[in-house]
Amino acid sequence: MDGRAIRSALSMMDERGSGEGAGYVAYGAFPEFADYYAIHVFFDAIHETKAAVDQELSKWGTIVHEEEIPTYEQQNIRKIHTPWRYFFQPDARLMPRSTTPEDDIIMHLVMKVNTSIPGALVYASGKNIAIFKASGWPEEVADFYRIQDYKGYIWLGHNRYPTNTPGWWGGAHPFNLLHWSVVHNGEITSYGTNRRYIESYGYRCTMFTDTEVVAYLFDLLVRRHHLAPELAVRALAPPFWDEIDRMPGGEAYLNRAIRLTYGPALMNGPFAIVVAKPDAIVGFTDRIKLRPLVTGTMGPRLYISSEEAAIRVMEPEVGDITMPRAGEPVIGRVYS
Amino acid sequence: MSDQWGPDAVMDRVRIDATGMHYTPLNMAIRAAVAEGAREIEIDHVMGQRFIADGLKGDVRLIIHGVPGGDLGMFMSGPTCIVHGNCDHAPGNTMDSGLIVIHGSAGDAVAHSMRGGKVFVRDSIGYRGGIHMKQYRDKRPILVLGGNFRAFLGEYMAGGLILALGPPPDSPIRERGIGSGIHGGRIIVRGDVDDEYLGVGAQKSPLTREERDEISPLIREFATYFRRDPDVLLEDSYVQIRPSSSRPFASKYTWE
Repeated sequence: MDGRAIRSALSMMDERGSGEGAGYVAYGAFPEFADYYAIHVFFDAIHETKAAVDQELSKWGTIVHEEEIPTYEQQNIRKIHTPWRYFFQPDARLMPRSTTPEDDIIMHLVMKVNTSIPGALVYASGKNIAIFKASGWPEEVADFYRIQDYKGYIWLGHNRYPTNTPGWWGGAHPFNLLHWSVVHNGEITSYGTNRRYIESYGYRCTMFTDTEVVAYLFDLLVRRHHLAPELAVRALAPPFWDEIDRMPGGEAYLNRAIRLTYGPALMNGPFAIVVAKPDAIVGFTDRIKLRPLVTGTMGPRLYISSEEAAIRVMEPEVGDITMPRAGEPVIGRVYS
Repeated sequence: MSDQWGPDAVMDRVRIDATGMHYTPLNMAIRAAVAEGAREIEIDHVMGQRFIADGLKGDVRLIIHGVPGGDLGMFMSGPTCIVHGNCDHAPGNTMDSGLIVIHGSAGDAVAHSMRGGKVFVRDSIGYRGGIHMKQYRDKRPILVLGGNFRAFLGEYMAGGLILALGPPPDSPIRERGIGSGIHGGRIIVRGDVDDEYLGVGAQKSPLTREERDEISPLIREFATYFRRDPDVLLEDSYVQIRPSSSRPFASKYTWE
């Protein structure tokens, strides 16, 4: 699939945004560099800032290829950052005590660059994953990067209406870390608690908005703690205590254990979220369903959206439109 | 006059092709047709357009083919909307009078703050159906559902009636917070509702003979719109959910 379909879907929901941020992610976008980490950076004044990033990367591995991400002038997008991508091979020997040394090197690099090199922001760092985001309307951002020129087997798209912090390129969704990408509608009112929790594990929040904690929480719970995605969702949007009290013994025990272990990961406030990793996507809402989420399938494809019309514009004959229950994950797995 | 953006008027019937149309020109076309005396407006290829028939007044019938976006018939006063497709969030939002019949499902907050008129939904609805419906004097809104509903049905309800004809009695209701914060109006559900699913301030009671008779015309009206057999629905058992007292939340706001 190229990027045209998701552009048309997002354009059904312009009302949900304010023109201050939109973005897309495509999994499978770089087949020729599929084995390397695609590190995306927004540079301010690239001639002054890039050398420091190059130097940091060179300490930890090899830059196999790098290029400015091609962009095409749009009337309403001011190109205030230069988007750049590196295809990078970390040197696993430099992180000898880790069981996932390459991922850990990349995570370290992302946090290091974003907290210590002013004017450089790493906004994507996965393998074979392309992120396209900027301040603008969804159609403009799609045309700015010409997402129709990219093919992916998973696409996420988002139209932002910033409410609590100003819109900026780094604050546009999707948020990405390593293999995780997140789009989110709503507000995570527990952001302070979640942020303190996730920062105690070495993550650093640098995007000035709540959604980035979701990417880091999934990385911690699923990649590092090996929870199944279903259980990760259970930790972030758990059943109410009174519901747990009514569950049969083993199920109640499991749910109680998750709530007690991951209390500071619990997310409060209204949200509908879709998270992608290379072999799956998962969509879920907050426990009392304060944001919409609609799903549909067509053949082997799963669609998750805020509105049915956005699915139908891509797939007019979609049959089984459903609204998942609050807090209940909808999971699509990739079968190759 | 028959260009692709404008109404194709034939006497008092008008047909509009909404393909690729933003909701503003679509609503302008609807209003222009009503102003010119149209009695029936058929709209084809509706795809996500919000705010259809919002604030519309008059004796006119809209037949909508496709999936309208949110807030269909908001503040509407008088017209009828027949939708052949699924609705998104809040059809009938703060509707004043008139009728909405949905041959499909609808999203969250159906009949949100509705003040009068009727909304009929053939299939399921999302969360918070009938949230904060209200009534005043002769204005008494009615929401009738044919399928399942999700949690917080009739949340903060202040008046009017919600009649849930589905789910069938053999699939029990497991949606929390029914009538949570209800302080007026009634929710009538086919089958039974366990107490644990009642919301704060809601109380369950059986229907009296008179109350049953009162819902019979609504069941027949529902059955007519959607070609269902009314007899099964008329014979089944129902339970009603009302505020637990005349002012269940007085202590939350005042000292007496």
